[in-house]
Amino acid sequence: MRSYLFELKEGLLISLKAIRANKIRSVLTTLGIIIGVWAVVTMSTAIQGIDQAFQKGVSSLGSDNLYIDKWAWFNNDIPWWELRNRKNLSMDDYEKYAQMAKLPQAIAPTQWTRQTVTHDEKSLEFVNIQGTIDDYIRTTNLSFSDGRFFNELESKGSRNVAVLGHEIANKLFDNSYIVNQYIRIKGQKFKVIGVLEEQGSWVMGDFNPDNQVFVPIGTVFKYMQRENSRSITINVRAASSLDIDNVKEEAVAVMRRVRGLTYDQKNDFSINQQEGLLSAINDTVGVIQVAGLFITGLALFVGAIGIMNIMFVSVKERTKEIGIRKAIGAKRRTILGQFISESAVICLLGGMIGLGLALLSSLIMNQIDFPTTVQVDAVVLAVVISVMTGIFSGLAPAYTAAKMDPVEALRYE
Amino acid sequence: MSLIRIEHIAKIYQVGSEEVHALRDVSLTINKNEYVAIMGPSGSGKSTLMNILGCLDTPTKGLYIFDEENVSQMNDNELAQIRNRQIGFVFQTFNLLPRSNALHNVELPLIYAGIPTHERKERAIAALDKVGLGDRMDHKPNELSGGQRQRVAVARALVTEPSIILADEPTGNLDTKTGEDIMLLFNELNDQGNTIILVTHEEYIAEHAQRIIRLRDGLVESDKEVDKRVKPKENGVASN
Ligand SMILES: Nc1ncnc2c1ncn2[C@@H]1O[C@H](COP(=O)(O)OP(=O)(O)O)[C@@H](O)[C@H]1O
Ligand SMILES: [Mg+2]
Repeated sequence: MRSYLFELKEGLLISLKAIRANKIRSVLTTLGIIIGVWAVVTMSTAIQGIDQAFQKGVSSLGSDNLYIDKWAWFNNDIPWWELRNRKNLSMDDYEKYAQMAKLPQAIAPTQWTRQTVTHDEKSLEFVNIQGTIDDYIRTTNLSFSDGRFFNELESKGSRNVAVLGHEIANKLFDNSYIVNQYIRIKGQKFKVIGVLEEQGSWVMGDFNPDNQVFVPIGTVFKYMQRENSRSITINVRAASSLDIDNVKEEAVAVMRRVRGLTYDQKNDFSINQQEGLLSAINDTVGVIQVAGLFITGLALFVGAIGIMNIMFVSVKERTKEIGIRKAIGAKRRTILGQFISESAVICLLGGMIGLGLALLSSLIMNQIDFPTTVQVDAVVLAVVISVMTGIFSGLAPAYTAAKMDPVEALRYE
Repeated sequence: MSLIRIEHIAKIYQVGSEEVHALRDVSLTINKNEYVAIMGPSGSGKSTLMNILGCLDTPTKGLYIFDEENVSQMNDNELAQIRNRQIGFVFQTFNLLPRSNALHNVELPLIYAGIPTHERKERAIAALDKVGLGDRMDHKPNELSGGQRQRVAVARALVTEPSIILADEPTGNLDTKTGEDIMLLFNELNDQGNTIILVTHEEYIAEHAQRIIRLRDGLVESDKEVDKRVKPKENGVASN
C-alpha cells in the first residue's frame, strides 16, 4: 500500500512535469473537458434551480388546497374533447357546494381574465385579473405589505376595489403610496385597497400572485367577461393537509349532487391538487434531466476522445522515454500508472477550469434572475467526472505504453 | 564465483518471412569483479547479447542464470526488478531523459526502487560526485557535453549499486580523448570491485579489460585473457 502511494505520488510528479513541458497542447487538449465539465456543472445547477423554483411554485398552491374545475389541470388521461364538452362550473354550482360541504375551512370561487391595467401614463397589458370573493384570502397564505383584502360587503356589492400583486404594484406605481390610489381596468376605475408582499415564485408566470390583480368576482362579470361564458374554479381549503382526502371525498359526492349526475354518469368536473402538479413537474424535470445528461454526456465523450487521441500521440512521441524508463527498471504497472495519472491530471486541470467557468456563468445567470447556486455536490461532481474521464481516456494509450518492448522502444527515433 | 552463466543462447528475429539469427549458440560464464570486453564486427550480435544479459530482452533458446537465479523463466515484472536492482546499463546514445536535469536522471532508478526522497537525493548526489559532475547536477542533458552526458549515464547506472554494469559501445559517440576519460572511469569502477561488461570495436578500448570475447555471426569466435604484463593500463592510455 505504502509503495503504491509512493508510486502514485511519483507518477503524479512525472505527469505534472510532462504537462508543463507541453503547455499549449495540454490546454488545447483539455478544451473538450473544460466545455464538458462546464456543461455538466451548469446543467446540473440549472436543473436544480428549475426544480427548486417548481417546488416553490407548487408549494404556493398549498398542500391543503383543492381546486374544483371543469378542467383537469395535470391529468392527461381524460381526452381533451371530453373535458371541453363538460358543462361550465357556474356561481350557482359554487353556492350549492358551499352550502352542502361541511368539511372545508374556506371556499372561494375564482374567475380569471386578462385585461390591460393602467395608472396615469403607465399601462400593463394582459394582466391576469382574478375575480373572487372575500373568503378567497382564507384559502391562501398570502400576506400584505400594505392594506387588506376586500371584505364581504365589498365582495357581495361588487365594489370597484382591487388588491395588487407585488410586481404589478411596482410596475404601475413609482412611489409606495399605493393604497387608496386608483387604477383603471377596462375603463373602470378601481380603488387599490391592498398590496401583496412578494411571493417570489417566478416559474408560475402570471399565475404567480406577484403578477395578479384581485377584484370582486361580480365586477369581472359586470365589466370584463359575461358570467358563464367560461367555467369558474372553486378553491377549497382543508383545515390541514391530513384532512385533504376527506375533503376531496366529500367534494366529489357533493359536486355529483350539485351537477345532478346519476350513478352511471362519469364526473363532469375535476378535483385538482398540488399532488398532480408535483408529479407533472417531476416528469418534466425528469425529461430535462435526461436531455441535459445526454447533451453534457456527449460533450464529455467528445472531450474524452480528444484526450485519448492526444495521449496516443504523446505515448508514440515518448516511445524512447518509455524505453529508457523500462530499461532502468520501470514496471508495466508503473508506466501504466504514469500515463493514466497524466491523463487524469490533465482532465482534472481542465475540469477545474470548467468548474471556474460554471461558477462564472452561474453568477451571470443569477444576474438575470435565474436562481442558481453551484453547490458543493456540483464541485464534487466536476472533480469526479473529470478524473473518471481522464482515467477512461488514458487507459488505452497507457496500456499501449506499458506493453512496449524495451529494446524496440529504445531503438525508436 | 560465477555471476552470469548462459548456455546455448540463441536469438532469432523474424523479419518478414526471413529468420535472422542474431545469436546462434553462445555459452559464457562471467565471474564477479571481472572486466570483460566484447568485440566483433558490426552485426555480429554484440548488442543482442548485451540486451539479453541486461534482461532487456529474452533469448529465443537457451538458459540464462543470473546470480543463481533462472532469468529465462522470469516474467516481465521480475525482469524489470532485476534491471532495476542488479544491472546498470550504459548506452552508446546515453539515453537520458532530455527534459530532466542530471540529478533527476540519476534519481530515476531509485524512484522505481521505491527509495524515499531524502535518501534518493543523497545517493544521486554521491553518484554524480563520483563521476566528477557534482557541480552540474541541475543541468539538462542538452546543457552538457557528450562526455558529461555519458558520465551522468554512468552515475545513473551506478546509483543503485548494481551487481554488474553493462556498457554497449559507451565511447562510440565520443571523441578519442573523452572516450579515454570514460574508460578511466570504468577502470576505476572495476578497481573498486564492480563487475563490468563492455562492448566496443576499438582494440585500444578493449585492452582496458581483463578478458576479451570476440563474436562473429552470432557465435563466440575467441575468448581470451588480456596479457597485463605487456600492456599495463596506464601505458595503454599513453600509447594511444
Ligand atoms: N529487432 C530486430 N529485428 C530484426 N533483426 C535484428 C533486430 N535486432 C538486431 N537484428 C539483427 O541481428 C543481428 C545482430 O545485431 P546486433 O546485435 O545489433 O549487432 P551488433 O551490435 O554486433 O552490431 C544483425 O544482423 C541485425 O540486423
Ligand atoms: Mg550494437
